[in-house]
Amino acid sequence: MQTANTYNYKVVRQFAVMTVIWGIVGMLVGVIIAAQLIWPDLTAGIPWLSYGRLRPLHTNAVIFAFGGSALFATSYYVVQRTCQVRLLSDGLAAFTFWGWQLVIVLAAVTLPLGITSGKEYAELEWPIDILITLVWVSYAIVFFGTIAKRKTPHIYVANWFYGAFILTVAILHLVNSAAMPASFWKSYSAYAGVQDAMIQWWYGHNAVGFFLTAGFLGIMYYFVPKQADRPVYSYRLSVVHFWALIFTYMWAGPHHLHYTALPDWTQSLGMLFSLILLAPSWGGMINGIMTLSGAWHKLRDDPILKFLIVSLSFYGMSTFEGPMMSIKTVNALSHYTDWTIGHVHSGALGWVAFISIGSIYYLLPRLFGREQMHSVKAISLHFWIATLGVVLYIAAMWIAGVMQGLMWRAINADGTLTYTFVESVKATYPYYMIRLLGGVLFFSGMLIMLWNMLKTIGAGKAYDAPIPELDVHGSSNAPAVQGA
Amino acid sequence: MESLYLLIPLSVLAVFGIGWLLWQAVDGGQFDDLDTPGQAILMDDDRPPKANSSGDPPAV
Repeated sequence: MQTANTYNYKVVRQFAVMTVIWGIVGMLVGVIIAAQLIWPDLTAGIPWLSYGRLRPLHTNAVIFAFGGSALFATSYYVVQRTCQVRLLSDGLAAFTFWGWQLVIVLAAVTLPLGITSGKEYAELEWPIDILITLVWVSYAIVFFGTIAKRKTPHIYVANWFYGAFILTVAILHLVNSAAMPASFWKSYSAYAGVQDAMIQWWYGHNAVGFFLTAGFLGIMYYFVPKQADRPVYSYRLSVVHFWALIFTYMWAGPHHLHYTALPDWTQSLGMLFSLILLAPSWGGMINGIMTLSGAWHKLRDDPILKFLIVSLSFYGMSTFEGPMMSIKTVNALSHYTDWTIGHVHSGALGWVAFISIGSIYYLLPRLFGREQMHSVKAISLHFWIATLGVVLYIAAMWIAGVMQGLMWRAINADGTLTYTFVESVKATYPYYMIRLLGGVLFFSGMLIMLWNMLKTIGAGKAYDAPIPELDVHGSSNAPAVQGA
Repeated sequence: MESLYLLIPLSVLAVFGIGWLLWQAVDGGQFDDLDTPGQAILMDDDRPPKANSSGDPPAV
């Protein structure tokens, strides 16, 4: 194989295939824990399969295994195609793949065993944290090294988003995972009490902002224009979107700690920054959707585009809902209820999963030398099943959440509580059933995707695209840079 | 709130770092032309060559 003048598609292929596999695993665990909330004895009291141990497995699998693999796959593809060079190092890229898979397997073993640091979305114990650090540093070297040796003078906006995601996640991981090991599988956080809570949610919300938002916006800014075959609505706005988002993101975290021991001014600061975030978020959402302006008919018969555009509408919905929920008076109703779960899944399923699925459908034929996926009809079916699943899921959780909040705060004339807690649990059961149905639908969609992927791979052959001789990209703006 | 003594300086540093990077990018001419970069990714044809009758793409 001539590696000198082809792109490194191998690592993209590996991550793209694993995105689908880990998506299925993570969502299956999600379906199981959703069922456990209805039937608590579902797993026969086996401690390894108890809700408390499977729930972090679900979140880690969908965020870091499914979402992470999608980010690795797309970022490696986009950085190569837009810089028109092969990745800096094939060896380091391979290390990021196998290292990341090892992290995921270790998570899947240790979390059910009850080995956890107890920090949400950062449950993995210190030896795994060190492995994550090594993989992440290699990822940064490969990504930024590829940008450094680019043949095009301009750095496409998607790469800025990917770059911010890689750098910020490195800092978040280092600060939040600081811990003192007590034994090989047990460590204690470097922070205590409300200090730990503040660090944890500074990490937690910035992980939402940079892992689950900035990274996937990188996907959006490349794959939406490519699939629509139209330039992004306003490139200028995309640049403003990027800088506005990263300048204002860092302080939204305290909204996770409203009405706690955290100082009141810190809570208000978190709320203020969360509200500010609405502006760049909606700027980006409008920019993505308006890319189709004048070509809306393409949505009619292109299911990949449907995934990408509907993901943006969910992005718009959840970035409106999020700032609203961060307002302290709204939060007094919504916090600790299933509304939060609905909000998270509107972002996670509607935005993150949809944009990942769309981009993987875009990539698979190109990585396996096919013109298109084995079955375009199956993509369409996947789209409708998944959309129905998300809508059922979040609508059920919205209703359940508002109901719980209202029941918990209802007070009789004599000042006693109108409802006991267990009454609110009982009232939630029908909504748990609808949520489970939504989850099963979304999961079934992933099985259709797996079938379609296997058929596409079976009929195709691993393909490594040649790097074009001509500098297609930057020829027109090259002189401007030389003069600078 | 000792943890804020870590997080706030970190954010201030980050803001200066981002500001510096923005300045560098503007100075480096990254944003001189904000029309062609959007078009450029569309000129990069990333479709694999049409498969032959056996379904295999031509060897590269």
